[in-house]
Amino acid sequence: MSKRLINWFRFSSPQAFYGPAGRMIPWFAAAAAILAAIGLYIGFFVAPTDAQQGEAYRIIFIHVPASWMSMFVYLVMAGWAGLGLVLNSRLSGMMASALAPTGAMFAFLSLWTGALWGKPTWGTYWVWDARLTSELILFFLYVGFIALQAAIDDPRRADKAGAVLALVGVVNIPIIYFSVQWWNTLHQGASVSLTRSPSMATTMLTGMLVMALAAWLYAIAVSLARVRAIILERERHSGWVHELKEAAA
Amino acid sequence: MSWGSAAEFFAMGGKAAFVWGSFAVAAFCFIVEPLLVRARHRRALRDLKRRGGAARKVGHEAAA
Repeated sequence: MSKRLINWFRFSSPQAFYGPAGRMIPWFAAAAAILAAIGLYIGFFVAPTDAQQGEAYRIIFIHVPASWMSMFVYLVMAGWAGLGLVLNSRLSGMMASALAPTGAMFAFLSLWTGALWGKPTWGTYWVWDARLTSELILFFLYVGFIALQAAIDDPRRADKAGAVLALVGVVNIPIIYFSVQWWNTLHQGASVSLTRSPSMATTMLTGMLVMALAAWLYAIAVSLARVRAIILERERHSGWVHELKEAAA
Repeated sequence: MSWGSAAEFFAMGGKAAFVWGSFAVAAFCFIVEPLLVRARHRRALRDLKRRGGAARKVGHEAAA
């Protein structure tokens, strides 16, 4: 019976994961590029001008996917970090470390594009409102995670310390998500929700979702690529990495 | 399509700096991050090659 089941734990070893991860990257990267091209086409050429905001609203096609990904990547990162803390599996910590820079980049893009959207629509680049402030804290959490891991020489201890920080920081994610409901903020409410129909034109929504999917695939591709580099760095003392064709001197 | 001309498209209804400022920085990030990751991977491989070569050298000297 057990022979028919795939042993998923096999892939929790860096050695077993390195090869398959490398073969998956081009597919995710290509799919991300194609979807981004379609999403940008819809966003700039199909979606109509917004009645209230004019053309400035088109920032939504990068702002919302970046913001979603900044939160989602954090959850995945904290999930891997927590798994590593509980199971002590080597790959988990590497996955968490590989996701952090990508998450930080998305958080930065969320803040940057949000500021450039805020100026023409609200008249200011920045306000200390609940949504903006909690997203800024998310960015600092990513930076703190990266800095903490970089400050500890032993990678296994760095994983543990980072995992605790990442798990404590998870409390910030629902705060970001519900901030527009819990507090009276300048930031608009959710444009897309699971419980009611979207408050925007179908083409706008389609463009946004396609861009979000592209961002998602990009994040997978780039973090798989980064985890491969981390695997090589951390496994440099073990025999198998030296037997890789690409590492042969 | 809502654009009369290419110039109208690039003007973005007078909000060009905000719209293109957002997308340009995003595009920059999506190009630079993979390049940085690739450089890191190559650095790791180079380091492995150096170590592998050094290990073999030590092995030869021990055998000699």
